[in-house]
Amino acid sequence: MSDTEIGLHLHESDLAPGDERADGREIAEGIRGYLIGLGLATLITAVAFFVSWTSLVWQPSIPIALMVLAIAQMGVHLVFFLHITTGAESFNNVLALAFGVLIVFLLIVGSLWIMTHLNHNMVSMEQMIQMQR
Amino acid sequence: MSIAQETTRGYEPYIVGAGPRSKAGLPRFEHAERTLASKRVISAFGFWIFLLSDIIMFSAFFAAYAVLSGETAGGPSGKDLFSITRVAIETACLLLSSFACGVASIGARARNDSMYYGGMTATALLGAAFLFLEINEFSGLIAQGAGPTRSAFLSSFFALVGCHGLHVTLGLLWLLTMMAQVFAKGYRADIMRRILCFALFWHTLDIIWVGIFTVVYLMGLAL
Repeated sequence: MSDTEIGLHLHESDLAPGDERADGREIAEGIRGYLIGLGLATLITAVAFFVSWTSLVWQPSIPIALMVLAIAQMGVHLVFFLHITTGAESFNNVLALAFGVLIVFLLIVGSLWIMTHLNHNMVSMEQMIQMQR
Repeated sequence: MSIAQETTRGYEPYIVGAGPRSKAGLPRFEHAERTLASKRVISAFGFWIFLLSDIIMFSAFFAAYAVLSGETAGGPSGKDLFSITRVAIETACLLLSSFACGVASIGARARNDSMYYGGMTATALLGAAFLFLEINEFSGLIAQGAGPTRSAFLSSFFALVGCHGLHVTLGLLWLLTMMAQVFAKGYRADIMRRILCFALFWHTLDIIWVGIFTVVYLMGLAL
């Protein structure tokens, strides 16, 4: 079994998404993983709420800061709750995730890009009324 | 006919080159020596693909909201309507329910009844609390004339957040079904696979909520 083999060959040693290696892992260890995830997620959420609520942060940077925090929190959820890791045994899960992320990115950024350009080129309602006169 | 039964017979029709050699005596492929993945891995992988497609559907709602969030048509904007405390409580509910769901799935793997039922009950209660707060918010908005028909902003808001709420509702029904199935049939292999898929579904809803509270509520309140 070579590690270089790439393709969708689900194998015995593969991990299901959300699954953990069951061999020799205690309950306490599993709970600890979820607790770490919960702690990190709570921390990031608290920072996000604080950033949007406080006036200490430079206003124009707030959307970017919130975006970065949200993506970080999604990463925490993926790793600690859904157990999507970079190990060889969850290669197929990560590959599917990467493709999903690509489509999501194209959909959202593409829509925003096109719609701002359309807005920019569109004749506003007032101008329309002006032209009809 | 299950995959497991097929493999025990030594003939695996699903793997190229695993069957009896052809007359031409073609060499077996290297991966033909490998055994098939367990049914648990296959069904969870399939469900993972479904969840990713669900996320892509949500991203379309997100895109619509991002485009239309400024189009208030002279009506109220997010800043006038959203309450940060309500969103904070909703977020805490979902986050804790995600944790409780994790505890329940560990309990199921360890065949620990009190951990499984306790975790699932906590998940259900927290999910129901989230849903109550959301329905309360929606009815309040509609009562003050800020329903989905008021402006494009509110249409896209109700579509995005309502779609997530609908998923939570379906997740709650699924959760109760899983509790009943374990109660009636025990921790059978097929039921364990369903529990795994349910846990994936519930954690994914939390990930989508992260996007919603950031893009809709926090940005709406901050800007």
